[in-house]
Amino acid sequence: MSDLMSFSEIDGSGAVLIAAQRRVAMVTLKTDLSNKITRAAIKKLLGTTVPAQRKIANGVAWMAPDELLIMVPEGSTPEAQIEQLNANIKAPMLAVDVSDARAVFTLKGNNAREVLAKGAPIDLSADAFAQGDFRRTRLGQVAVAFWMEADDEITLICFASLRQFMFDWLVNAAQKGSLPAYLNR
Amino acid sequence: MLLLTCPYCGVEAEETEFLGAGQAHLKRHMDGSTDGEFTAYLFERKNPKGIVFERWRHVYGCGKWFHAARCAVTLEVFGTYSAQTFEPPKDIIAKIKAKRPEWEAKP
Amino acid sequence: MSFRIPEFGHLIDRKKPVSFSFNGKTVQGFAGDTLASALMATDHRMVGRSFKYHRPRGIVASGGEEPNALMNMGEGGRFEPNQRATTTEVFEGLTARSQNHWPSLNFDIGAINNRLSRFLPAGFYYKTFMKPQWAWKHIFEPIIRNSAGLGQAPSERDADRYEYFYCYTDILIAGGGVAGLEAALEAGRSGAKVLLLEQSPHFGGRFMVDDVMVDGRDGPAHIAHLLAEISTMPNVTLRNRTQGAGVFDHGYALGYERLTDHAPASTPRHRLWRIRAKRIITATGALERTLNFAGNDLPGVMLAGAVRDYVRLYGVAPGARTVVVTNNDDAYRTALTLHAAGLEIPAIIDARPQGGGALAEQARALGIRIETGHAIAKVTGKKHVTGVEICLQSGTGGAVETIPCDCVAMSGGFSPVVHLWSHCGGKLNWDAANAMFSPDPSRPPTDQNGEGFVLTAGTAFGALTTQACLQSATLAARQAAKEVGRSLKAETAPREVQSPDESAMAPIWSMPANAPYKLRAKTFLDFQNDVKVSDVQLAAREGFESVEHTKRYTTLGMATDQGKLSNINGLAVLAGALNAEIPDVGTTTFRPPYTPISLGAIAGEASGPLFKPTRKTAIDGWHESHGAIFEPVADWRRAYAYIQDGETTQDAITREILATRGSVGLFDASTLGKIIVKGPDAGKFLDLLYTNMMSTLKVGKCRYGLMCNENGFLMDDGVVARLDDETFLCHTTTGGSDRIYAHMEEWLQTEWWDLKAFTANITEQFTQIVVAGPNARKVLEALGGLDVSREALPFMGFVEGTLGGLQARIFRISFSGELSYEVAVPASQGLLLWNLLLQAGADYGIAPYGTEALHVMRGEKGFVVVGDESDGTVTPHDLGMSWAVSKKKEDFIGKRGMQRSFLVAEGRKQLVGLRTLSDTEKLPESAHAVEDGKAIGHVTSTYFSPTLGHPIAMALIHGGRDRMGDVLSFPVGGKVHKARVVDPVFYDKKGAQQDV
Repeated sequence: MSDLMSFSEIDGSGAVLIAAQRRVAMVTLKTDLSNKITRAAIKKLLGTTVPAQRKIANGVAWMAPDELLIMVPEGSTPEAQIEQLNANIKAPMLAVDVSDARAVFTLKGNNAREVLAKGAPIDLSADAFAQGDFRRTRLGQVAVAFWMEADDEITLICFASLRQFMFDWLVNAAQKGSLPAYLNR
Repeated sequence: MLLLTCPYCGVEAEETEFLGAGQAHLKRHMDGSTDGEFTAYLFERKNPKGIVFERWRHVYGCGKWFHAARCAVTLEVFGTYSAQTFEPPKDIIAKIKAKRPEWEAKP
Repeated sequence: MSFRIPEFGHLIDRKKPVSFSFNGKTVQGFAGDTLASALMATDHRMVGRSFKYHRPRGIVASGGEEPNALMNMGEGGRFEPNQRATTTEVFEGLTARSQNHWPSLNFDIGAINNRLSRFLPAGFYYKTFMKPQWAWKHIFEPIIRNSAGLGQAPSERDADRYEYFYCYTDILIAGGGVAGLEAALEAGRSGAKVLLLEQSPHFGGRFMVDDVMVDGRDGPAHIAHLLAEISTMPNVTLRNRTQGAGVFDHGYALGYERLTDHAPASTPRHRLWRIRAKRIITATGALERTLNFAGNDLPGVMLAGAVRDYVRLYGVAPGARTVVVTNNDDAYRTALTLHAAGLEIPAIIDARPQGGGALAEQARALGIRIETGHAIAKVTGKKHVTGVEICLQSGTGGAVETIPCDCVAMSGGFSPVVHLWSHCGGKLNWDAANAMFSPDPSRPPTDQNGEGFVLTAGTAFGALTTQACLQSATLAARQAAKEVGRSLKAETAPREVQSPDESAMAPIWSMPANAPYKLRAKTFLDFQNDVKVSDVQLAAREGFESVEHTKRYTTLGMATDQGKLSNINGLAVLAGALNAEIPDVGTTTFRPPYTPISLGAIAGEASGPLFKPTRKTAIDGWHESHGAIFEPVADWRRAYAYIQDGETTQDAITREILATRGSVGLFDASTLGKIIVKGPDAGKFLDLLYTNMMSTLKVGKCRYGLMCNENGFLMDDGVVARLDDETFLCHTTTGGSDRIYAHMEEWLQTEWWDLKAFTANITEQFTQIVVAGPNARKVLEALGGLDVSREALPFMGFVEGTLGGLQARIFRISFSGELSYEVAVPASQGLLLWNLLLQAGADYGIAPYGTEALHVMRGEKGFVVVGDESDGTVTPHDLGMSWAVSKKKEDFIGKRGMQRSFLVAEGRKQLVGLRTLSDTEKLPESAHAVEDGKAIGHVTSTYFSPTLGHPIAMALIHGGRDRMGDVLSFPVGGKVHKARVVDPVFYDKKGAQQDV
């Protein structure tokens, strides 16, 4: 994520670096995830088991009991992924490319949690939210999902139409001298 | 502001993540129903002072609809459960009866 | 006079002078002063005028309960009225102005009300302004409006920023006095996560001013000891300048942090902590009560504890000669403090016949005169205290002596701060021995598990002695820790406390006991709203027996201080007048916040550009840089029209329409909702959602469909395309994309969960661009790629492939009535496609058009817009769209609803077109058609049609379809517009233009 070329906009003036990523290829899969045959097919296809409730592993995130968000690995394309999912999952399913429907942000710095805690009504302390956890919630008035990429790095996604609004919101929340120093004291 | 547990996400979250949508376990009336039945289905809602069964959606989370059983007076929550059912689960009924012996199960 | 003394003052830094402005004059204080202490140190004794009678008022208290010292604070974008001087820390450059007087604090015209007070008793405004009737509008209302409100309203936009912070903790403690700190320490030992909030800048509360010894340490040393021990605990957080402002359902609490009020900066001014705690301990202390004697509101009459605070904390003497008047032992501490500071105490007036205990003995030993069984009959002085007349407490006020003094320190006993306990339903007990309401631990507020989640500690619990206070804190902490799943093994040894034994207080609600009306009419309960003992008694005589009614009738406790000093005294007076017991009269409701919090804090970061999310399409930047003016549609902003140099908005709309109808136009339709429905039962599901049949749609074809709600009313419309056997793409309106997606999920999840179908909202995955006009096909052909000929892509069909090198899906659908293509590409290619189309269309004078041109063109075609022609009470039949309502389907949402008697009755409003009789004046928006004095319908859309050269409109008119040719009247603003009822399709009724 530190590759500057992958960012379309960066703000480093605050306590946390806020960067809007150019584009992350991703596919939404909806199907009955409790179906054993489907689970096996997904594991074979993606090389990883279906993540547990509210978890993300190997670029696959649990969105709902019947929904996954699959980050398309490098070297593949959404089209190829969808084709494979369509071919291999026999149960009723829906796989669509949502790469362009999402804005993806990186928050980097020790205080990234505190920036999100200004808008997300959830417990963001380290013992309640850690690497591997995936959370869909709101940030201020915007529906978002996020996860810890590392101890000091959070990836956040929202709808693409709100890219500018979300970027401005994050930059505002990350302004120097404005962090409560509560989660990270 | 309530805390509710989404039975699909397994997470306890605050009310602002949810959308409340009123009385649960309504029976849909269709073509062929009488005016009285259809009017009741559309508009008539219970408003008990006490135990209520409600429809909620985890709008800012997994997007799933679920039901909650709670007390409209004390706001105690007896449980949340799948919306894909015609009546409250037995364990929730039992829990309510244990805490409110005088309550008659008429969801 | 009040002045700075060399003794005490451990909160101020005498080496750091600070200048500020009060009523336009420069005043000097020290760093660490509050505005109140700095004003008092410079002999500013009168600091405001009262609300109703404009009586001179001075500082009464030293904390958030202060009723009088309210200021217009700051200037310009940082101006804010009604700020308490007692909780404002001074800083260099602070500006404050006193309130509620004209022309000046010292000489105030409004003070005439004080002379007229006999005519302005409780509820006078319910009785006075009845007659003559004309006088209300012309005399009474203007006068009342002019005098209403305390401070001024700000005139500029708030210059500061605000924010929220969401925080989860095991245990929240409100209050950083000794009880709060002891509780934090004990709870901290359990390993629980603890957050303690203290509203003032300093921890320690009364321990910083009262002489106590704990474990061999004096008060301040013990607080320092506690803070040092707590600072080693990583699981305990202390926040000063942060008030526990409210307690709400399920362990939700608000913390109000004032970050820059004491040092203005560009960082956020206030932070609203939105806290979820498993357990809350309120250690909010107690408030001292006033005593009810005549003239108790004169500047110089103060709470005894506050007098002590000013001496000890700020090194300020509220007066040179202070008379102490009390019904309890605590006020003796004030006398002892004043003595230690070398100030005169002419007398201590103790209403109790037996007087006080050990503290009284100390005072007596120092030679201070003590008069037991006595009372203040009245305070003398006009703008400040000059003396007190004393009398027997048991009598009617016959003065036995006048004692000259310039300050009165009064103590009427203590009321635990039960606000936070009570906010969410905690119940109270009446403690007769201490004449106070205190929390009943057996009836706490309950949480989601039905368990009590608030505990109280210290004086807030009603534990008034030091020993009991510390014990209650430890107990509360242990209980809370246990209830959040932590364990404390060893019992903590109780602290060794040395404090003098105190005698019982005596409930004194009137001073003297049988004060006559003349005295009661000058005895104030509520200083901020000017409510007197006589007012409450009048209310009781007039039949206001409920405390809630008396409160509203007299306005007792309804000012910005919410009666922190006055409520209990008021209740007691009411109980006395009703011959009832105080607990039977009960309290009014305690509502959050504890003290007023700023509107900015409530709004948080959501102001200015962050007020509301604005959704933008991938082409938004182009629109902005090409003269677009925008309109909000749902959360989106959409280009309304593209204004070129020298054009009016109407010019631009006209140009865009004529260019499209004449050659070709370009429109960003990306905001329209796009929802995929896929699965073996997708067709069946759509048949239930739409009023018309969708399962019969052929792959590769499009069909326009309507959606109704269960009532049978239209809720959305759009074109459905069948992508393959199992997959449909449903277009919705812009406002409908989220709503219809939610609607689909609701029915799929909660009613038809047996259907095998999945949905996905892919609205934002695609940019969708309309190319419309007679030359549209030529433009697409110029780009190259897909065959878009009439044969390959007929009307209401779609194709997929490449266009201009981009992967695209092209629909042959038309909302303008022209030959029209809607081209969808992934949003990341959207701007590229837009530019390619502009290039390819340059030879044809291609014109981007905005939403208004779109609306006019669809109006010319008689196409409806959901939300214009429909308003939630309109069926497809009303709109003349019965053709889109299936008669064959057994069920769909709204089918049964449409059969309801009033929906099938004659005379429903029906959609018609309107042709104005004038060729130049269009009908006003939403104008009502009036016939024989009755409204018979209303205009739903109205435009000037550049295509036709005259105005057009659509309307919903009762029985409209049977009234073709009738001329209707639309009276608006004194003018009657006339229009003829016509067919709503004004342009190309056969559809020849779009199907070419």
